[in-house]
Amino acid sequence: MELIFATAIGVLTGSGVWLLLRPRTFQVIMGLALLSYAVNLFIFGMGRLVTDRPPIINADGATDPALYADPVPQALVLTAIVISFATTALFLVVLLAARGLTGTDHVDGREPE
Amino acid sequence: MMTWLQHLPVLPIVVPLIAGALILFLPERYGLRITLALTSVLIQLAVAITLLYLITDAAPQIWQEGVGVYNIGAWPAPFGIVLVVDRLAAMMVMLTAVVALASLVYSLANWDRVAPGFHSMFQFLLMGLNGAFLTGDLFNLFVFFEVLLASSYGLALHGSGPSRVKAGLHYIAVNLTASFLFLIGVAMIYGMTGTLNMADLAERVVLLAPADRSLFEAGAAILGVAFFVKAGIWPLNFWLPSTYAAASAPVGAVFALMTKVGIYAVVRIGTLLASADVETSFIDVGLFYGGAATVAFGVIGMLAAQHLGRFVSYSVIASAGLLLMSLGLRNEELTAPILFYLTSSVLATAAFFMLNGLTERMRLTSTNDAADIAPLPDVTYLGFGVKEPADPHSPSDEVGIAIPAAMAFLGLAFVCCVLLVAGLPPLSGFVAKFAMLHAVVTAAPGAAESWHSWVLIAAVLATGFGAVIALARIGLRLFWSVTGRTTPRLRLIEVGPVAFLIVLCIGLTAAAGPVMMYLQSAAESLHAPEVYIRLVHTHVAGVAP
Repeated sequence: MELIFATAIGVLTGSGVWLLLRPRTFQVIMGLALLSYAVNLFIFGMGRLVTDRPPIINADGATDPALYADPVPQALVLTAIVISFATTALFLVVLLAARGLTGTDHVDGREPE
Repeated sequence: MMTWLQHLPVLPIVVPLIAGALILFLPERYGLRITLALTSVLIQLAVAITLLYLITDAAPQIWQEGVGVYNIGAWPAPFGIVLVVDRLAAMMVMLTAVVALASLVYSLANWDRVAPGFHSMFQFLLMGLNGAFLTGDLFNLFVFFEVLLASSYGLALHGSGPSRVKAGLHYIAVNLTASFLFLIGVAMIYGMTGTLNMADLAERVVLLAPADRSLFEAGAAILGVAFFVKAGIWPLNFWLPSTYAAASAPVGAVFALMTKVGIYAVVRIGTLLASADVETSFIDVGLFYGGAATVAFGVIGMLAAQHLGRFVSYSVIASAGLLLMSLGLRNEELTAPILFYLTSSVLATAAFFMLNGLTERMRLTSTNDAADIAPLPDVTYLGFGVKEPADPHSPSDEVGIAIPAAMAFLGLAFVCCVLLVAGLPPLSGFVAKFAMLHAVVTAAPGAAESWHSWVLIAAVLATGFGAVIALARIGLRLFWSVTGRTTPRLRLIEVGPVAFLIVLCIGLTAAAGPVMMYLQSAAESLHAPEVYIRLVHTHVAGVAP
């Protein structure tokens, strides 16, 4: 499981960085989206990968921490997802405005000669 | 009364949040909006003054030893999120409130009517700034960074136009990527230490196994890169000059403060981790050389700048470089002068950005640059249902108090800003740079550090020299070349904020002694983080002293 997880993060990051360095705004935003997936998975992985352990402690007072997954990274991922979703949406608006104002989808606002 | 005062640290965050939200949802009445916005900023100013007062041991029954801790939701320290006010944080909140007040008043002249949402975004930006200065939790710091960045994206684009949108696109892309780095760093630190509380972190780092330790340091380094992007270190700062130069004048003034958030974060986390004797020599070397390269980049940019706006942007870079460089020396004597320089340069560049907005009006509107940053065509305003504003770059026909000595004021303000930015006597820029040089020269010269000190001295002098040359050229063209110049009509609410900031700098010069004493104690508490760590851990919320 660790191998698959790590490979997934690696592939997502690699593709994200490659797309981020491309000259078209749409590629850049796709790259940012892929990077945010990779980062979210990475945060999740930092809580250690375990199966069959709930992150929420039962109300009956069972308090052996080994029985539970670490809830903090999951909460962090939720926050990070919301924030990156919002900023990506905002970036999309700027992208459209740039397309409208400059007439090209190149990141520099003009086509290279 | 006492219990009310305990809730003071949360006010700089809650007040702009409420004000921003109310402005967003209340009926669109202009008078109501500016009343709310002004009230919010004035409350923040009052709170900041009170915080400054309380933190200097004026009320020892509330906060001992110059550190105030506030547990949000009454959760104790490592589990809940804490806000921590110490002398440095109180000073930064004060600086934010002052710059915000000046910039907000300035924007009321006409910038805030250019597009909807200005006042809400402005308030949210203040919330993010205050939060970043006050928080004692790493992930919370990330959230406040995002709050301030998200609103800064909107404000950078405020007024629209091709040059702003183009610069904004780069700005957003770079800062989104930096945010991902921030997240990766925070996640690695959490994965290794199991805590996000900065004080708790400093304690737990010592206990790490060597293998975990190196991973932790990698995480801290990635986090550092994210801060450096915000601080504008070379080579991560190419987005900065065009974004800042393209931003509207009041927004540029607040942005001058925004770069210092990165530097604040470096200082805060750097001093906390220094207590846990983390191997920091690598970071110091990186800071020093990165800062030196930034200074070089900033000075070259200042010399090459053709317009005042670009010059001020590069001077922001140069001052960030100087700050990073002197932090890299890790000379404890230098910390107080660094903070003094930070204060002085924020006030000066904020005044300069606003002054730039006024002098741009002197150029004939037919020149290319004016056309380049002209507001949107009418269609956009119709789309947003907003009345088209008066062109901010033309000598406006609208009713305003024409100051007879407009040119005299502009020239005088320009000279003051030159003195401040270049660090020439008699204003506070000189005091700051002199204090820095003094601390460097008088420090016990270690064999290895001594030439680093000389490089820093050279850099301090080079920024001043470069600024004088560049500003002499720009000033000549602006004020003495007669062709293509119109005497602008200035309004009192535009002139006032510029004068206010300059007068503050003069006050900073006159009161340099007391201010330096305050900063000295701020530096001492920074370099003795045990107090900070102990108080964060032992503070129990809700217990009336």
